[in-house]
Amino acid sequence: MTEITPATPGVDRRTLLQRAAAVGLMAAPAAGLLSACVGGSDDTQKQAEGTKSADNPLGLDPKAPVEIVIFDGGLGTKYATDVDTPLYNKKWPDSKVTYSATQEISTVVQPRINAGDAPDMINNSGSKLMDMGALVSAGQAQDLTELFAAPSLDIAGKTVKDTLVPGTIEQGTFDGKPYALNYAYTVFGLWHNAKLFQKNGWTVPKTWAEFTALCDKIKAAGITPYGYAGANASYYQYLVILTSAAKIGGPDVLKNIDNLVDGAWTAEPVKQAAAAWAEIGAKYSNKSFLGLKHTEVQLQQDQDKVAFYPSGSWLENEQAADTPAGFEYAVSPVPSVTASDKLPQTAIYASAGEIYFVSSKGKNPRGGMEYLRTMLSKEAAIGFTKLTKTLTVVQGATDGLTISPGLTSGNDMLKAAGSDIFSYRFDTWYKKLDDEARAATNELMFQGGTADKFCQRMQKVADAVKADSSIKKFQR
Amino acid sequence: MRHGRYPFIIGFLAVPVALYVTFVVAAYIQTFQLSLTSWSGLGPIKYIGLDNFTKLWHDNLFWSSLRHNLVLLILLPLITILIALVFAFLLNVGGGARGGVQRGVWGSKFYRVIFFFPQLLALAIVAVIFGRVFSSDESGLLNGLLPGEPVLWLADQRFALACILAVLVWQAVGFYVVLFSAGMGSIPNEIYEAAALDGATRITLFFRVTVPLLWSTIQVAWVYLGIAAFDAFALVNIMSVDRGGPDGATSVISLMIYRNAFDYSQAGYASALGVVLFFLTLTFAALTLRVTRRDAVEM
Repeated sequence: MTEITPATPGVDRRTLLQRAAAVGLMAAPAAGLLSACVGGSDDTQKQAEGTKSADNPLGLDPKAPVEIVIFDGGLGTKYATDVDTPLYNKKWPDSKVTYSATQEISTVVQPRINAGDAPDMINNSGSKLMDMGALVSAGQAQDLTELFAAPSLDIAGKTVKDTLVPGTIEQGTFDGKPYALNYAYTVFGLWHNAKLFQKNGWTVPKTWAEFTALCDKIKAAGITPYGYAGANASYYQYLVILTSAAKIGGPDVLKNIDNLVDGAWTAEPVKQAAAAWAEIGAKYSNKSFLGLKHTEVQLQQDQDKVAFYPSGSWLENEQAADTPAGFEYAVSPVPSVTASDKLPQTAIYASAGEIYFVSSKGKNPRGGMEYLRTMLSKEAAIGFTKLTKTLTVVQGATDGLTISPGLTSGNDMLKAAGSDIFSYRFDTWYKKLDDEARAATNELMFQGGTADKFCQRMQKVADAVKADSSIKKFQR
Repeated sequence: MRHGRYPFIIGFLAVPVALYVTFVVAAYIQTFQLSLTSWSGLGPIKYIGLDNFTKLWHDNLFWSSLRHNLVLLILLPLITILIALVFAFLLNVGGGARGGVQRGVWGSKFYRVIFFFPQLLALAIVAVIFGRVFSSDESGLLNGLLPGEPVLWLADQRFALACILAVLVWQAVGFYVVLFSAGMGSIPNEIYEAAALDGATRITLFFRVTVPLLWSTIQVAWVYLGIAAFDAFALVNIMSVDRGGPDGATSVISLMIYRNAFDYSQAGYASALGVVLFFLTLTFAALTLRVTRRDAVEM
């Protein structure tokens, strides 16, 4: 028996669906999202404050609670929960620390800042970190001058500033004032398996000729000599290219890039470095890495399928769970490209990284600063290094400590470098440049790019950033 | 029983409408306002007139993103609707008539579940799974099945967008199979019987009976899929190399909005993109409904 569906009175299916579709338009997701963050309350709320004393140099209210947000990434969060907070509470038992962790800092924290409900201390890190320059120019970050001038928590006779590795405060300085603490001290270089190299009698190359000769040997042994992950970690590689550029032409090459000097990217050292690395990409790498994520290539290195991998000193900790017994992380500086390089082969890229800042419009900025002072104590720094296998900016906090092979190797590399240490900041100042550098690097290394194309391409975007008045400019 | 009808309606609608106005309509109006500012996403708001739109006009990435959206806009509905129609036809009518009732092919109840299954998975999970399927080395499922050198798939500019499209289609087909099945269920069986008596083949049945009678449903499906093609944010954000890569080969407008707002701290510019997307979607829907208007077949 067949049945004919009766026509629905009033609204038929077509009109109903049409209307639904029209309404569905309004729900196009991305745009509505934006205004969820509008706000930017100007009304300053009452902030907790106590009386300053020798014991309480930052003048916090001992009873006021502190809220901290930690990025849950390569370093984990145990250092905050197991080291810093207990230490803080030992001194300030009545100040309750509220802790939370997230992998998406901007998603969680930015709307709260705009709503005038910012946490007190924020670990601004990870792939979704907030733009520090924008935070500073919006007046949302606390001036940390007082913190650095305060006496150290447990290193007698020194101010916090005195205990830090040189360059730390500069790294977090915007327009002459310190607004951010870069806490982890990271050294960058090419990582390999020391045991694999010993077994094969390979030695770490110092010159470019040694490097390519070794790559040939490694290739003959059936191992991919060099690789990085193109899908999300091409910045590891542009860091290495620019390291070479700085070695060839001196650290000013990087300074010019940061300061958006005309022609900074098309300068000869950058071109030479790009050309040298393009050859490595074309001859000694594996094109399939272009589609892989950092952990996937790192895993291949742990399985001795990749010999050299560019990364920072967090690598050992990040791979801890996947590193087999026969694998021993070691790091070495990037080989010199020419015989007339301005910097010695031992020169390295090293910088204070991992941003921590205090919200200036939060409820308890003094508590937030005191939390940072706690983190900068020697005891906390040792705890951090033990848990994360990462150095901190607190000087000498690893002395006499038995540390892991990778970290020891990184420490040695740092000592050998002496004062030949450099870094750039354009990647955090101008995210657009960072983005373009990632794509241009992948093109250079995997997709048949040339040094000229790389330099032209970067210069074009640098010029565009320079001309764009809506982007705040920085100088160093 | 007419009295009490309005309180009843208001009771049901007031809360959702209020929520909708607050979180969707108001948010949208604010987006229009923000598109005229150089707001960074934090701090004070400064009006700059139509500068954002001028900048957008000269932004190469915007044009290539728009092109990708248009490619998806044409291919996603076309492929999805074709596959869904064929499947729905096979499930409902394709088995021929038995006892005077049209039936689906053997096992159609089972297939129905299979087809609908992708709809049950969160899009983020789908993206992660297919990220592995399209993995660029030998460990990728697809490369494992194919002989020879591994294909780069998502890392190859020539294939990346097609890979995203394939996943969008895979994910959407199930829903439209169900939608079209419902539509076919309401097509009177007499029509099929009559056509069958006249000696119509399955292909004729499909093109001469099913498609015309389903026209309004297909049209709505087209609008929906078009809107999905204007979005595609989640898949591109999770699956593509370097978010929108390689080298911008899979960038879409929604991704640009997100990246400008949250990565580049250019919420004003992102809002301008949002406004453009709004008008594009609106124009598309209006055009589709107009162009595809046909006289409804009277039953």
